[in-house]
Amino acid sequence: MRAKRDWLPGLLLVSPSIILIGVFVYGLIGWNFQLATSDKHTNIADGEFVGLDNFIAIWSEARWPGAVWNALVFTVVFVLTALLLGWLLALLLDKGVRGEAGFRTVFLFPMAVSFIATGIVWRWLMNPAPPDRAVGLNALFQDIGLGFLANEWWLTDRWGMAAMALPAIWQLSGYVMALFLAGFRGVSEDLREAARVDGCSERQVYWHVVLPQLRPVTLVAVIIIGHMSLKVFDLIVAVAGRQLAADVPAIYMWDQVYEVRDPAMGATAASYLLLAVAVVIVPYLVWTLRSERKAS
Amino acid sequence: MTAAVARTAVRPRARAGAAGRWLKFGVLLVFALIVLIPMYVLLVTSFKPLAEATAARAWQLPTVWTVEGWVFAWQELAPSLANSLRMVIPASIISSVLGSLNGYVMAKWRFPHSDVVFTLFLFGMFIPYQAVMIPLVQMMQAADLMGTITPLVIAHVVFGIPICTLIFRNYYATLPDQLIEASRVDGAGMLRTYWSIILPNSAPAFAVTLIWQFTSAWNDFLFAVFLTGPSDWPVTVALNNLTGSMVMPYNQQMAAALLASLPTLLVYVFLGRFFMRGLMAGALKG
Repeated sequence: MRAKRDWLPGLLLVSPSIILIGVFVYGLIGWNFQLATSDKHTNIADGEFVGLDNFIAIWSEARWPGAVWNALVFTVVFVLTALLLGWLLALLLDKGVRGEAGFRTVFLFPMAVSFIATGIVWRWLMNPAPPDRAVGLNALFQDIGLGFLANEWWLTDRWGMAAMALPAIWQLSGYVMALFLAGFRGVSEDLREAARVDGCSERQVYWHVVLPQLRPVTLVAVIIIGHMSLKVFDLIVAVAGRQLAADVPAIYMWDQVYEVRDPAMGATAASYLLLAVAVVIVPYLVWTLRSERKAS
Repeated sequence: MTAAVARTAVRPRARAGAAGRWLKFGVLLVFALIVLIPMYVLLVTSFKPLAEATAARAWQLPTVWTVEGWVFAWQELAPSLANSLRMVIPASIISSVLGSLNGYVMAKWRFPHSDVVFTLFLFGMFIPYQAVMIPLVQMMQAADLMGTITPLVIAHVVFGIPICTLIFRNYYATLPDQLIEASRVDGAGMLRTYWSIILPNSAPAFAVTLIWQFTSAWNDFLFAVFLTGPSDWPVTVALNNLTGSMVMPYNQQMAAALLASLPTLLVYVFLGRFFMRGLMAGALKG
């Protein structure tokens, strides 16, 4: 261990941030958990400790199970499609195409726009009215003779959240593409060349050399997209407002705070959200920490 | 002989290659056009007069191009655009400065278990902010800060620390250790070294964090909706409330959405390089 006067100044310099993160991240998470384990069901109640009662009771609330279902449908469709599209775009762009930089710019620009602005356009595009009165895609389908494709989009019973995933896919496939492109380019040309010398075709090189090395990038993409998906909020507010058809845990929590005014239930919903994200993120962070230690 | 074989083998392959390249280009072009559809809708609809922003003419170009939608959007959103600006400038500068100091220590002046502290910081950038929101609002009420823009600035500063620290740490790790050693040998302490060696070399990383923080604070809705009231609404909240009423004509809605997105879109167009690096940093080692 190095001498204290070597490292103490560093610790002191970081300490304001340690305090801020300690209070605002870990302190508030603790406070939120305390609320979730209390019976503070109105803003003026004192809130006695009730253990995990709320965590059980929430499953018999009218809206919660539906909200969880919606988030799951949204997540599965969003993650799988964004992953597939991002990988496909990266594959097409990998070996240099005319206008590569231009394509990259186009595929990534949706990332620069807020979900609220995105939501406004997609609310127009996914207008659920029948084709004769509709704007957006339903009207377009009618115009080009594909009227049978017109549908109710996110208002579709039970599976509507699959449509809600469209704007999210539109916004984030480019990001997945960028991750995969970085991954492709991380596979050394020497390795590919060695396989070619051994008589592999380009396709074999791809399946047996490149693809196995993409596992870490794929994992990272799933984690990043997946955790964003579980938290989805702005997009749904902008597309659907607070309609029940598009309820998700984040909207449920918002309503508990401002409509129902039940802090304990709001905090319980928030705790479940944190738990869902932590299950994905904590192993990822531990894995990153370990691999950095090994590297140094 | 090998040369002859190679020559005959290469030709048909090259032709297949050319066809393949055009096929790839075609597929990419189709995807690019699909990605641009919402942009077409935004632009075209925003320049339509009220009478043409209807279902019947949904996909047509306007017969008369007009800025009336934009004028309306500007009148409605000007105060909240000012609020957003008032909020993002301090939020991006303060979190970048803190990130720079933290990154410097964590890359070049480590203390025992600094990598664990760093990992604990990173957790803060992935959490769903809902998990801190209710107590955060109570805390800001207790501090009597609600009704100002300060709570929102504080939130963006604090929750921007992890990504800024990450970007600076990874950037400083690429600076040679000899720079620090040389400065130490000259008798300079930690802060002197930072000031005279590290900070002058930090411009690229500052560009990344400033742009990243600017974009994410500008586009944020969640913190804003919990932490601000009508007089301090940033543009995302004002935009959502404005367009949330379904009676608003589409030309005004689209103009408002574009107007609110213009600053981040301009940043992307002109400084996209730096925006990209911030994006990739979000994947930790990506």
